[in-house]
Amino acid sequence: MIQFIQNLIDAVALGSIYALVALGVGLLFGILRLINFAHGDYITIGAYALIVPSADVTARLLIGDWPWPVLIPTICLIVVIAALLTDAAVFRPLRRATSPTLMIASFAVSYIIQNGVLMAYGSRPKSVDLWSGANSQVFIGDLRVPMLQLITLAVTLVLMVAVTLFLRRTSYGIQMRAAAEDFRMAQYLGVRGNVVIGIAFALSGILAGVVSLLYTTQSGSLSHVMGVPLALFAFVAVVVGGMGSLVGAVVGGFVIGITVTMLQAYLPPDLRAFRDAFAFAFVILVLLVRPAGIIPSRSTFERV
Amino acid sequence: MPLSRALARHQTPAILIVLLAIIACLSLVGQSDALQVTLTEMFIRVVVVVGLYVFIGNSGIISFGQIGFMCIGAYAAAWATGEPTFKQIMLQGLPVFLQEAQYPFLVAMAGAMVLPAAVALILGFAIMRLAGTAASIATFAFLIIVNSVYSNWDSVTAGVSSIIGIPTVVGPWTAYVFAAVAIVVAYLFQVSRIGLMLRASRDDEVAARASAVHVLRVRLAAFVLSAALCGLGGGLYAQFLGILTVDPFYLSLSFITLAMLVVGGMFSLTGAVVGVVVVTAVVEILRALERGVGLGDTAFSLPSGSQEIGLGVVMALILIFRPSGLARGKEFRLFRAAPAAPAASAAEPALQLSESPTSAR
Repeated sequence: MIQFIQNLIDAVALGSIYALVALGVGLLFGILRLINFAHGDYITIGAYALIVPSADVTARLLIGDWPWPVLIPTICLIVVIAALLTDAAVFRPLRRATSPTLMIASFAVSYIIQNGVLMAYGSRPKSVDLWSGANSQVFIGDLRVPMLQLITLAVTLVLMVAVTLFLRRTSYGIQMRAAAEDFRMAQYLGVRGNVVIGIAFALSGILAGVVSLLYTTQSGSLSHVMGVPLALFAFVAVVVGGMGSLVGAVVGGFVIGITVTMLQAYLPPDLRAFRDAFAFAFVILVLLVRPAGIIPSRSTFERV
Repeated sequence: MPLSRALARHQTPAILIVLLAIIACLSLVGQSDALQVTLTEMFIRVVVVVGLYVFIGNSGIISFGQIGFMCIGAYAAAWATGEPTFKQIMLQGLPVFLQEAQYPFLVAMAGAMVLPAAVALILGFAIMRLAGTAASIATFAFLIIVNSVYSNWDSVTAGVSSIIGIPTVVGPWTAYVFAAVAIVVAYLFQVSRIGLMLRASRDDEVAARASAVHVLRVRLAAFVLSAALCGLGGGLYAQFLGILTVDPFYLSLSFITLAMLVVGGMFSLTGAVVGVVVVTAVVEILRALERGVGLGDTAFSLPSGSQEIGLGVVMALILIFRPSGLARGKEFRLFRAAPAAPAASAAEPALQLSESPTSAR
């Protein structure tokens, strides 16, 4: 039983990371119909911004050494700028493009960022020591819980509440929801499209920045493709949750995280290497039963 | 003159094949190994990208999973033609008929088409039910599944270590012949009834449904054919390199092949073929610049990595300034087909459709 609860905490912690990434992806999908492959690379940018730019094997912390109240906003700011730059350079000229075109464009952006990071920082993974104290364990009764998982959970909770409040209570949030519902109609009613899209990119950048910090603290290493698996899991989470619904994206993130962790814990040892294969096969099964996802969005289907 | 009319009507694949033949003749000019390798790789990519086109171009749904089929095809070919001694030691999980025998090249290629096609048939039943973007992501899930299974199923794929001793029988001309076959197959598919119904569903899904097109079924047909062609490309690749690992069949190859399709223009066969040629040329030029060129007495070279970034930038620029690709969705045509038909590819099958409206259901 203790073992199961322990696994469950692992699962929820991993799920909340995926949920944060999926939320970032889902925000943009809702408004732009853009599945942003570059989202994973925003995370990579956030992580690499911590260290001194060089191709050396050992990484020296630069921003990573700053006290956290300065560090977190700085990293988020850098990622937000990166996200806004990709929007201005690539996605803004493609506002009228179809969803597949946007997806391929973001694939290109992702490829450019990855190889840019590769060029600047070298191809070898680097180890970094960010807030290693957070990996210590706390005991709750018989449970051994890594501090970082508690932090992750708390951060996820806070961010989700913040995003929800932003979307429900602020004027820009309401405009964003209107734009997600029907972009053209919202524009007719005075919503400025590029501003709203810019805010969506900025929000998704903030989320990516936070994830990059959580993820780097946990893994202790950097690589130019570190964001890719996170983004892939998040896309699948968005689809499983129901495309175009933010609640769905978050639920999907948790479903994927929990599935992966539970498979890792309870698959027979010979099969553990195939964990991801099982997880994604499960995803395809879920989609077979519910092609529109767990929480379908009303705007998924084409209206004539 | 029925023959000349037939030629004029089906001139597109003929032109493309002749075009590639001219390029293939380059291999006779310079005997450098690098050129032979580049050309062979290019023709193999023609097979794969034409395979991608069969599904993506005709259905309008982006699939990232076709490289997974390429991987399956490559391993199928390796299993069929690998050294029996190697297979008995390293690949003990293989069935006996594969472990103890070494099959001829064409049998291996057939296997490299059948196995991915079978997988695509099963997978397609699930994925083709999803709406466009969701289907694209699901194909991603498939690519990850293939990657995870093939890099961990040690007894059959040698895991992360490589399969060696595959006969290297594929050179530029063999690859060229298969590229030509792929072009003909893709062309025949796109002017077939199923191909036309699929293109109708791409242009307007609701209208196509209303016109009794069974969208799921025609998409599935294209998905399976596309998987077979991509698998064939994988098989050729295995028999070209002679050594096989899982690593190449992942995101970067997905990106490059998609880039080729997009640069050329994903809605025409001409676009698919032209895209491969143009992107190969761009990549080769960037590679040459990375190695460095002497301009007068100053040597000039790009930092390594600029090839990939350059390719990404080219692709983004094409998407922004020429979203329908270099070919703009049109096919190569030198002669007008008589009687004047706006798209010759559509003329004949349209006739077929009107002849058998009931079978279109």
